[in-house]
Amino acid sequence: MAYSGGVDVGSTQTKAVILDEDGAIIGRSLTDTGANVMAAAKGAFRDALEDAGRMEQEVEWVIGTGYGRYRVTFGNDQVTEISCHGRGAVHLHPDTRTVLDMGGQDTKAIKVAPSGEILDFCMNDKCAAGTGRFLGAASSALGIPLPDLGPTALKARKSVRISTTCTVFAESEVLAWLGKGKKVEDILWGVHQSIATRSMGLLRRVGVVEEVTFTGGVSKNEGMVKALEDATGVSLNISPEGHYMGAVGAALFALDHILASRIPKAVEAS
Amino acid sequence: MDSIIGRGNKEGAQMFRDWFDGLTQTANAGNKAAYVFVMGSFNEILLSFDLPVVFPEIHSLQTAVRRSALPLLQEAEDHGYSPDICGYVKADIGVQLRGGEHPMGKIPKPGIAVYTNACNTYIKWAEAWERMHGCPIFTLDVPGSREADGISWQGDSSFESDRKYVEVQIRELITLCEEITGKKFDIDRLRETMNHANAINRGWARILELNKSRPSLFNALTDGTIYLGVANVMRGTKEAADYFDRLVEEMETKAAQGIGTLAEEEWRLAFVGVPCYPIFRRFNEIFSEWKGTFVTSTYLWFASGGSNIGFQYEMKDPIKSLSEGVLISVRDSMDSMFHQDRIIPKMVEEFDLDGVVYHPIKSCRTVSTGLADSRRVLTDQGISSLFIESDMMDKRVVSEAQMKNRIDAFFEGLASKRKQLLVAGG
Repeated sequence: MAYSGGVDVGSTQTKAVILDEDGAIIGRSLTDTGANVMAAAKGAFRDALEDAGRMEQEVEWVIGTGYGRYRVTFGNDQVTEISCHGRGAVHLHPDTRTVLDMGGQDTKAIKVAPSGEILDFCMNDKCAAGTGRFLGAASSALGIPLPDLGPTALKARKSVRISTTCTVFAESEVLAWLGKGKKVEDILWGVHQSIATRSMGLLRRVGVVEEVTFTGGVSKNEGMVKALEDATGVSLNISPEGHYMGAVGAALFALDHILASRIPKAVEAS
Repeated sequence: MDSIIGRGNKEGAQMFRDWFDGLTQTANAGNKAAYVFVMGSFNEILLSFDLPVVFPEIHSLQTAVRRSALPLLQEAEDHGYSPDICGYVKADIGVQLRGGEHPMGKIPKPGIAVYTNACNTYIKWAEAWERMHGCPIFTLDVPGSREADGISWQGDSSFESDRKYVEVQIRELITLCEEITGKKFDIDRLRETMNHANAINRGWARILELNKSRPSLFNALTDGTIYLGVANVMRGTKEAADYFDRLVEEMETKAAQGIGTLAEEEWRLAFVGVPCYPIFRRFNEIFSEWKGTFVTSTYLWFASGGSNIGFQYEMKDPIKSLSEGVLISVRDSMDSMFHQDRIIPKMVEEFDLDGVVYHPIKSCRTVSTGLADSRRVLTDQGISSLFIESDMMDKRVVSEAQMKNRIDAFFEGLASKRKQLLVAGG
């Protein structure tokens, strides 16, 4: 049995995945990226190996992805997270034609072919508006932990319209609404809607074609899923592996390499 | 043969430096220059009056290439110019505020500013010089295409009416030049400069055409801007005419010998927009690392003032012919910015391109607006394209890491598409 690895070094968190040769996820790990990117990549890979119960030498090929992909120094190759999220999403949800990946500082809308090939993509532009960072700013302003943001927002009765698109100003706008006596859940729902609206701008540019798969760390947020489903008018594919999708895609590309390298041997044998 | 290959780059760079040195001498002598723009410079007329020419777009972009633009932009902003306006304007305002001091020398003050309406900012920019230096400014209004695919040509009544409109204005410009220089207009001098401009136009059109060769002979983004610089700043001179004869010779030699710009040309691309001058070399490197090269570029069309069509003046009635050339060339220059949905699919076919790279820029809405529509036309036709937004001047809005991510993903997509096509083709 051959194994492949994928390490996704994101701006906020680093994810690693080990696949077996059937493409099944046998190990995964998640760690904060922090300042030492190489250490985060190594640590995540080591933890994923431990989770899989495998030794490093058993993993034949490793691909790095994410902004820190060139810092995965023990890896064999690099592929962008755009290609990796597309590939991972189609692997786990084969009818996926559109992927929305929302991470700490990036949101990407990706149009994919049935093969997982990237047909088009669009990303937020040099600013973290409409990304996980916007939720981080709200979390900090309201003193609510990130995992509780979605459930709190879903309790909203009436949405507060968040007009700023700037993550830096989001915090002060949230505080201003609190000062006006608005309920926390209503403000939070407004924050989620604001991000969904921003994401729709990216999705429209590549075209919203079903099925739509939502990936990245923010896909764990039920409030964000609801806000996006309201905005797109379609039901989103959500996976427990959504946060790892980039690493899954990277490991799939690594698996391609392993399997392709076997072809000449098979030809020889025949 | 070795002495021919790369000659155009070496000589072009030297001519460009010499031109800047000439401007420095003019400035140091306390003399003034004519300020002109790339989309309709009227060098033919101005040179016939021995007026040195300053191209503020070019001295501005040079500050970005030489990594000295940011303090100039900030100075202009401190002076009250908005962060949202054209970066070329702000860098030039910074240079003007410093008395013409520039990384390549010294820029003379304007004695006159001459410009067309091809860019709406030209007008407001010239008004700034008028306020700063009290120089006369002259707008030459060139009618653009009246409707998509409805361009009029010689023989059409609407064309003749547009041409006459341009001719009247050119005659007014000549009178103004006589007034500010105190020299009598010499039509034979004009014939001379127009004759040299013909050679430049001919050479420019020829080298752009020659780059359809496989492998491509020059990089339209990097090498192309050197040739473009000579075509613009030395338009109407014998030196530039000779330069283009020699450049054509070089390119024809390369084409005959199959000598390309890259050792391995994997991907043939078009560049659409204005270059990312703050990281000019690095921007191109990100593409060449993937063995991609820019074979053609709309920049070499519109920023040459439409010289790409190779218009040839006829000397019997020079002013009439000049008005015709200005109308056709400047109109083409505007169409290369505004009607790309028409020209790019044709470009893809003729240059056998694998993809098109759009580079909309923050500080020039004139050239960036409409790129998304142009891209949509390509997407509908299944042509691969990349859309990366940064700036032509302002490093503060250029994020190399984000740019590289998008470019890498673009090439991954191209590679995957080629693989699928190979599989489909058996």
